[in-house]
Amino acid sequence: METLEQLKSRIESAVVGVRVEIIRNDSPSAQHSLLVDGEHAVAVGRFLRDDPQLRLDYCSNVTGVDWPDAEITEKVKVKKLVDGAEKEVEEVKKTRRAGCLEAVYHLYSMELKHGPVILRLRTGDRMDEAHLPSLTPVWRGCEFQEREVYDLYGIIFDGHPDLRRILMWDGFKDHPMRKDYVEPDDYEYEPTPHDEVLEKAKRHLQPEAKA
Amino acid sequence: MIATTMARYDLARFGAEIFRPSPRQADLMIVAGTVTKKMAPQVVRLYNQMPEPKYVIAMGACAISGGPFKQGYNVLKGIDRYIPVDVHIPGCPPRPEALIHAFMTLQKKIDEQKLIGRERPRHLDADEPSEFPVPQFGEHDLVPTNNPEVWKPPVMARTA
Repeated sequence: METLEQLKSRIESAVVGVRVEIIRNDSPSAQHSLLVDGEHAVAVGRFLRDDPQLRLDYCSNVTGVDWPDAEITEKVKVKKLVDGAEKEVEEVKKTRRAGCLEAVYHLYSMELKHGPVILRLRTGDRMDEAHLPSLTPVWRGCEFQEREVYDLYGIIFDGHPDLRRILMWDGFKDHPMRKDYVEPDDYEYEPTPHDEVLEKAKRHLQPEAKA
Repeated sequence: MIATTMARYDLARFGAEIFRPSPRQADLMIVAGTVTKKMAPQVVRLYNQMPEPKYVIAMGACAISGGPFKQGYNVLKGIDRYIPVDVHIPGCPPRPEALIHAFMTLQKKIDEQKLIGRERPRHLDADEPSEFPVPQFGEHDLVPTNNPEVWKPPVMARTA
């Protein structure tokens, strides 16, 4: 199969106006992914599925990522005037990263037996604009998986035939896999608690021990 | 559990062979495996549909107390929060011999039940409930989180 850079240039020539970025993954798995913008996602999906060289007809996994608002601190070498002489000094640079939600698609080809190609779609915002186009019209296998991502992360997929909660019950209000999810304060009786369970047990048991 | 009903660890020799598809014909409910909060009201409804005398075996660590998934957001931390459990089988998973031992323990418990007096079982006592309230789906958790008449965990006083 062709490299990710070749794939990126072919997608850019096939779908007009798309913004594709390669996100590198420097872990041993080396699964680099393509970040695609939301408006052209369905067109990119159709191209990947129908192109005779790729034929990526099997979407094996759809999952979500929650990027909260964060401050990234980096150590950058900057040339500065120190004591009259120009030196390279390490400075700490802080950048604000806006939070967003992300859907990640893993695509394989059953016909040509290659893959995976990994697509990422990012929403604009974690609050109001958590909308993404659904890729269920392209790959049927995304249907249940996108329901799970909606249930656990709160990404609303426009164009999904049946978007409702799949794991939690319908009246549930939170999205459990988000980083800011607070679990209900459920009293768990634990004989030998450790770490966070110990903190919970202390809060519950201290007033009873004093009484 | 299925291995216990098969040839090697035969459960039929204890008279416990027939697994019924309907709770109306059963007198024992084995809760095996993790009970999610989404499934918990159905388990309580099935228990309510069983005719007295009825017994419950909680099989496996998940049914007893939530097990390895105790910190999960959708895991009910033990089925004994809503229904009274007679025998608990620890294990993850419990061996077939443990299930057979649980049946024998239950049979011994039933043999030792008295017919009259203060310690008579629930099905002979007119004041005890035989049906338990079914939990509803709340916005963040089940409502109520447990049934205080059924679930009485021991209170441990810790020093610091």
